[in-house]
Amino acid sequence: MPLQAERDIVMCRQMVRKLTQQVKFSLVDQTKMITAASELSRNTVVYGGGGEMRWELVQQGIKTGLRLAFEDKGPGIPDVELALTDGWTSGSGMGVGLSGSRRLVNDFELRTVVGEGTCVTVTRWK
Amino acid sequence: MERIPILRMGRVLLVTIQVDLQDQVALALQDDLSSQIEKTGANGVLIDISALEIVDSFVGRMLASISGIANVLDATTVVVGMQPAVAITLVELGLSLDGVRTALNVERGMAMLAADDRSQID
Repeated sequence: MPLQAERDIVMCRQMVRKLTQQVKFSLVDQTKMITAASELSRNTVVYGGGGEMRWELVQQGIKTGLRLAFEDKGPGIPDVELALTDGWTSGSGMGVGLSGSRRLVNDFELRTVVGEGTCVTVTRWK
Repeated sequence: MERIPILRMGRVLLVTIQVDLQDQVALALQDDLSSQIEKTGANGVLIDISALEIVDSFVGRMLASISGIANVLDATTVVVGMQPAVAITLVELGLSLDGVRTALNVERGMAMLAADDRSQID
């Protein structure tokens, strides 16, 4: 789904809610995944200049999970270490978006190339 | 753009957030509340978030800044009704909502504000 404007962040949360219910996440797990999606989609819209979210229901052995990828073609992140530090912000936020959403999921992968864009992939297992 | 209604009950402003908040709506609420505190001379603000399914850093920041602005305008803010799953997520996300007073439900929040009001008069 496209993430271009602020209203898309709301749409994204609603979509992720549906997906987490499909995978039958507990209420706490649903809340964590939706909150992570909210932070990451806002990053895509505000800092990445827009992009998209892709999703995938994943299976590993007997585990099922939900994987979300947030991709933009924005400026990229010059210093990934710094961007993942609590309290650091390049904008007007609180600086917990990236670092905080990493704590809300099980797997977190960040690929970024300065001048080309950023892709954050997160997975939460049931 | 939709706006969140602000109700007045005596010297308390009451806000119940019932919708999935768009960032701009959250910012508008912050502005509306500040001007309503000034206009009505309210000394308490009660924000009921029991219908909110998530509180992310944006909404968290809005709650903290409403509370800060109200404080400077001599009003106390109490946030009530946070769902347990929301509280767990918020703490894990790294937001502690420092300086924001909370209560379990509207009734306790109102009691908290009433107690404040009394001690101010005494």
